[in-house]
Amino acid sequence: MTVLFGIFLLTLLVITAVAIVRTQNLFVAVMLLGIFSLLIALNFFILDAADVALTEAAVGAGISTVLFLGALALTSERERFVTKHRALSVAVVVCATLVVLYATFDKPAFGDPNAPVHQHVAPWYLEYEPEYIDIPNVVTAVLGSFRGYDTLGEVFVVFTAGIGVLFLLSARPGRKTSRRQSENDESAIGLRENLIPRVVARLLVPFILLFGLYVQFHGEYGPGGGFQAGALIAAAFILYALVEGEARTLEVLPRNALIALTAAGALLYGGVGLTGILLGSEFLDYSVLAADPVSGQQMGIILIEAGVGMTVTGVLLLIFHAFAARDQV
Amino acid sequence: MQVLGIFYYWVFAVLLMIGFYAVVAKINLVKKLIGLSIFQSAVFLLYLTMGKVTGGTAPIYQDDAVGQLFSNPLPQVLILTAIVVGISTTALGLGIVVRIKEEYGSIEEQDIQETDRR
Repeated sequence: MTVLFGIFLLTLLVITAVAIVRTQNLFVAVMLLGIFSLLIALNFFILDAADVALTEAAVGAGISTVLFLGALALTSERERFVTKHRALSVAVVVCATLVVLYATFDKPAFGDPNAPVHQHVAPWYLEYEPEYIDIPNVVTAVLGSFRGYDTLGEVFVVFTAGIGVLFLLSARPGRKTSRRQSENDESAIGLRENLIPRVVARLLVPFILLFGLYVQFHGEYGPGGGFQAGALIAAAFILYALVEGEARTLEVLPRNALIALTAAGALLYGGVGLTGILLGSEFLDYSVLAADPVSGQQMGIILIEAGVGMTVTGVLLLIFHAFAARDQV
Repeated sequence: MQVLGIFYYWVFAVLLMIGFYAVVAKINLVKKLIGLSIFQSAVFLLYLTMGKVTGGTAPIYQDDAVGQLFSNPLPQVLILTAIVVGISTTALGLGIVVRIKEEYGSIEEQDIQETDRR
């Protein structure tokens, strides 16, 4: 049954990808990309990656679609030219496909517990995680503690990307007046005139927020954590902005608060790391945070997950507002 | 199970190349970024396919269960963070595309090159 379902989902995935590349309407392509993300999230779920599936569904199908649509609103919805050097591109791609397909025959068998990837550090993580950290979700433990350096680096990449978008898009657009100054304009009103989206969104937003917080604080026990929660909370605010208008969302959570939130999250993560040094151990070693090393680890993970959640929420919302506030050219 | 395994690897290869084709052959910059996202998703799929263990389950310990077999948590950690980093870098790319549109009046590579030549 799983085999059939897997094959079905994978086939749909390929069909969607082909349709995305073939369509000339970029709006259609972005919508299909959302479907593609949902399908690939289901595939991740079949592959036992519950945390990843949750992230992909929130980020890929939700936020990425909104960002692409925001960019389309500022650029154009149709492709003008189809392809350039079509024959050459097809030839290159076909050759590369053959090489990659040839390489797949050398890969270890699917699901083989003796594959090289399962012989390295992963068994150690699974065996000693209950002893050192003792939280049920091993993914969160590896993310927060064993590989805390990686995650710190990634949080800073997200932070830097957010700053980059702000730099790019807060430059003055020049000749035209800001869109948000005119009262009757569509973006200020949002979908407030449409009754059904408005009622549904009003009902949904609190529950999405609640679910985001649940995912944030339950990340140690089930699938979840700061990355997923950040994406979910940002999605709730973006939904609110789409329905009620961007200005109202900025009243709830002003831009300065978002910048502070973003910086505070990254600082919290780094601060927890430095506290480890100050308490006489190494950077990002949480065992010294409490008298008992195991509860120290748990405390450290909760703190850094909070930092991750804050930064991700802040950056995603800042990026969304940067696109939404931009003039149409 | 073996059929599904081969199929996963092949779908990875095909998706990777569909994304690659969009990046190489398409002229529209937004379309190139969409292709890049597909390319990226294909890589995610490969990592998680490698991490799967037959009969395994998501790596979360349960109180009452004994002798659970888990899939590899490490690829999942890497991909989880990669997804969020991926959306941030895509957003940065879209920001650059929007600025290009404002400066050049087009997001088609040919128009941009012509404007530069003038």
